[in-house]
This record gives sequence, C-alpha cells and structure tokens, in this order.
Amino acid sequence: MQIINREIEGNSAGYWALLGGLGALILIGLFAAYNMEHHGHVITGMNNQIVWGLPHVFAVFLVVAASGALNVASVAGVFGKKAYKPLAPLSALLAIALLAGGLAVLMLDLGRADRAIITAWEVNPTSVFSWNVVLYSGFFGFTAAYLWTMLDKTAKPFYGFAAYGAFIWRLILTTGTGLIFGFLVARQAFGTALLAPKFIVFSLLYGTAIYVLVLMPAYIWGQRALGDEVLRRLKNMLVVFIAASFYMTLVYHLTNVYFAKQWDFERFILQDGGIYTILFWLGQVVIGYLVPFILLVAPNTRNSRSMLMASAVMIVLGALAQMYVTIVGGQAFPLEMFPGFIEKSSFFDGEIHAYTPSHWEWMLGIGGTAIALAMVVFAVKVLRILPESLADDVVDPHAKK
Amino acid sequence: MNNFEQYRRRFLGGALATAGAAMVPGLMLVEMAHSRAPEEAVSSKNRWGLLIDTTKCASGCTECVTACNTEHGLSGKTGPQDAQWIRKVELTHKKSGAQHSLPVMCQHCEEPPCVDVCPTGASFKRADGIVLVDRHICIGCRYCMMACPYKARSLVHEDLNDTQLAHMPRGKGCVESCTLCVHKIDAGENTTACAQACPEQAILFGDLNDAGSEIAQRLATYASKEIRADLGLNTGVRYTGI
Repeated sequence: MQIINREIEGNSAGYWALLGGLGALILIGLFAAYNMEHHGHVITGMNNQIVWGLPHVFAVFLVVAASGALNVASVAGVFGKKAYKPLAPLSALLAIALLAGGLAVLMLDLGRADRAIITAWEVNPTSVFSWNVVLYSGFFGFTAAYLWTMLDKTAKPFYGFAAYGAFIWRLILTTGTGLIFGFLVARQAFGTALLAPKFIVFSLLYGTAIYVLVLMPAYIWGQRALGDEVLRRLKNMLVVFIAASFYMTLVYHLTNVYFAKQWDFERFILQDGGIYTILFWLGQVVIGYLVPFILLVAPNTRNSRSMLMASAVMIVLGALAQMYVTIVGGQAFPLEMFPGFIEKSSFFDGEIHAYTPSHWEWMLGIGGTAIALAMVVFAVKVLRILPESLADDVVDPHAKK
Repeated sequence: MNNFEQYRRRFLGGALATAGAAMVPGLMLVEMAHSRAPEEAVSSKNRWGLLIDTTKCASGCTECVTACNTEHGLSGKTGPQDAQWIRKVELTHKKSGAQHSLPVMCQHCEEPPCVDVCPTGASFKRADGIVLVDRHICIGCRYCMMACPYKARSLVHEDLNDTQLAHMPRGKGCVESCTLCVHKIDAGENTTACAQACPEQAILFGDLNDAGSEIAQRLATYASKEIRADLGLNTGVRYTGI
C-alpha cells in the first residue's frame, strides 16, 4: 500500500486551542525575556556563581533533543530501513523546531541579547560557541534540505546527500554541545571529552522520547491510524537508548570515583548535594531510566500505548533533571583553587553555591519549548508531514504480526 | 685657599662625579623600565603582572578591595549578584591548620581560558599581557565565567545608574573583571590601585619581561607560585608564601 502524506485539517476547536495555548506560552516567554533585558539578570536567580541557570537547562535540553529527534529520519535515510521512511518527515521537522526553540532560549538569556548577531561576524576559532554558530546554521540547512527532498519529488536526486549530510552534521553538532562543557578545564564537573559522546547518546534518548510524545497525540487527535508496529520500533529504540544513557552516566561517575581529586565532587552529586543528589537519583536515574526501562520491557506493560506515552514523559522529566544536575550542579560545586585548604571569601569561594530559579526563568524556558511545539503544530497543517495512515500494513506489509 | 680646603673641594667634586656616574645607569634603567610613552603602541616588550607576598598580607584587611572599588566605581556590595573584581580569600590548611590571607583577582594568564571560549573575541589579551573585556562586543553569554579557573569575572546584573567613571566604562549585561588598572598603565603611572593601597606593600606591580625590574628580580630570587599552576596558563599574577 502506498504511503500518502497529507496536511492535517487543523480546523477543529481543539487544534486552535492547542495553537492558541502554545501562542500564549510563547508570549509569556517573550514577556520574561523583555523583563530580563529591561531590568538585567538581577531579576533572575542566576548570579556570579551560578552563571548558567534554568534557561540553559531548557536550551541545552532542546538543542540536544533536536539532534536526537533526527534519529528516526536517519534510520530511514542513512541506514535504509524502509519502515522508518514514513516517520522521517516529522523527525526532520521536530529537529528543526526543537533547535529553534532551544536557540531562542539561549539567545534571549544573553546579557545583551540585542547583540547576539555579533557572533555572525566576530568569529573566534577557539571558541566552541563560535563553532556552534556554524554548527546550528548548518544543521538547519542540512535538515531543511533533507525535509525538502522528502516532501518534493523533484528534489529526490539530492535525498541521499541531504540525509547523510544531516546525519553527519548532527553528530558534529552534539559533539559541539558536549564540548561546550567538555572544554571547561577548570571545573571538576566538566573538563572531560567523555561529555561529547555522552551528549550524543543522551540526544538519541531525549529526541526519540519527544518524537513519541508528538507522534501519538498527533495521530490520536487527528484520528489517523497508528499501528502497533511503528510504536514497537520506537519503544525498542527507547529501551536501547535508556541502556546506553545509563552506561554513559555510569562510566562518567566511575571515572570520577577512580580519581581521588574528584571524590569531593562525586560525594556532592551522589550523596551530599541536596537538591542535586535528589535530582540525580530520583530524577535522572529512577524517573529517567529505571521506571521507563521496566515499563518498556515488562511483559504486562510493554505493549501498552499509555505506558509508552508515560515512559516518554518520564524520560523527558529525567532529561531535564539530568541537565539541571549537569549544568547547575556542576557550577554549584565550588572551584578548587587551593587544594588542601579550606577557602573562604566575600565571593563565596569554597562554598556550595546557592541557586533558586526565578519565575522569569521558568517562563523563558517553557516559552522556548512552546516555540518548538507551535512550529510543529503549524507545520503539520501546512506541509505534508504526517502520513494519512501509519497502520501496520501501510508501514511494513511484511512485519511480523 | 689652604691645602686642606683644596683637598676638601677635590674630594667633594670627586664624590659628586662618582655619585653622578653611579646614577647614570640607574637613570637609564628607570628610563628603560618606564615601559612606553602613552602615545606609543602596546607591545609584547612588556608583560605586566603582580607579585603578592602572602606573608605580609594581613587577615581581615581589605584595603586593596576598597581601593579597587573606588578606582573603578564598583559599589562594594558583596551579594551573590554583585560584581567583585578583587576579593580577599582566607585559607586554612585542612591538616596543619596553617592560615593564609591573600587577594585574588584576574590572574592575567598568558593562555587565558576566557579568551579561548569567547564567541565574539570580546575577551582578549593585549600584547602586554593584560586580559580585558571589550564592552562593545560582549554579548553577556557568560561562557568566560564558566571557563575562568579563578572565578575572577562578574556579570553586571542591573542598571549602574550612572555610577560609572569616565576611565572605566561598564555596562549592564556585560561581563567584567580586573583590568590591572590598564588606564593607569596607559597613562604611564605603572602601578595599580590595589598595589598603591596595600599598607604592607604586599602587592608588587611590575614588568615580568624586564629583568631589571623589582618584580622580575624577586621572582628570580624567591620561590613563587601560580594558582592552579597545573593548568599551565602561565599567569601574570604570582604569589609567595603559600
């Protein structure tokens, strides 16, 4: 059976309510950004100790998830798995939308957001941020081209080039995101190249989870057929990616535990860090990995659609917890300038740094997420992104029943 | 004029000539050490730095901090969001209980991580080793603050309400740190507010590249340390006594 992609009708009250709701969240985010610009970062919980706060948690999560969201398309375009082909346009669209949302948060959180454009011509070849200007633009370009080759039959000759380009670019992009932290030589939490592959693995998990979270409601609300085969494949991917993410987390912490100079930091994250310890164990490990893993493999729950949905929600919550622990927790642990000494100063040397995100930061982060989702909701109405049917016999006639 | 008088005059003349001759190279040294005229371009002939003798630095004394705040128009407030270009750090050794007190500011690294990570080049190092922030192109991304091993940098979190001084423009949303009193150096003063203010003369300013300078000679004579020397950044600020 031929796969036909078609725009959703998008005339229901529910559709407009969804778009309107997301629009309202975007306005709230922009209002927060305006206030942060007008009053300065003094209205946020960020300070000279915790310099990157909740907006970075959202922004880095969205940027990492963006490259992972492209995974489904890459399985089709690069690894030639036909069953994933109908899923690919949404995958590429999500990748673009999530990156746009993440970058919006990142840009609007700048001390001088009005000057963000300076990064376009003042290039510093040793700065990972400077590389990222190129990497983000390239990712938009390749993924948009890839989407175009999928939607426009006349562009078919470029399909392979765009698919490979986007795949390779996404690996480089997430390497760059990991190295934003990996190249911070001075901080105990960072300064390891392991962060690059770790972020790539995380991206696969987060992006696929968001893919599930968008696909399922789209087909339920759009009253289109969504077969078990598609969901089974996505579920299996999530299981593998959870295991891989857990492995990367384990290796990172085991490496630190092996180095005596890192013990204090590990004790902080794993044992004495208060909110960071709770978010690590309960948020990242239990909610982000353990419970969804069990739900996705246990015989009683592994075929349940609601449990797949619940697992994806938990993976996203775990992802936000992971980003909070990595980014904020990594800064909360003080810099060790004088090993062997207790340090004390008016600038909070030697202390665990305090941080409580303000409502402005929540508004900005949620606003950026809303930008990503609104782009998707809008695009599926005007572009032929979603197949009319993802029933089993459409997706893969030879699939095992 | 008797013989004694003649002898006395000759002696005085000789002594004056000797003293004058002795002063010539000294004056020449002063001239050489006097860096450059204000109109002369900054060059790598100089590497400005500080040597801090922690054995002289008194615990609880914050004269250098106060002087820095006054010199640059900082409020002097010490909340988590307030800018501090220099702070006094009190150290207690975990095992021995030995105590030290010392000021920490931008260490003006030869290989500054803040300059490496800055996406716009706003963080830059001058030819004479002074690490600065160009407030015209700083976008306030705070990546330099993440990268600095010395926690030397601050973001201006709120309006400055015209507390700025003409020689030290600042800006809300931009990052800033110790400038090594670059305005003084460029005016040929060759000192810093903190060094001038220290009642114990614990802070010595000078040119690390000038072998004849006091700072270079003290560094050549006594053991000194860089904070986080393991990072290999070759800091312009050095410490003795820790």
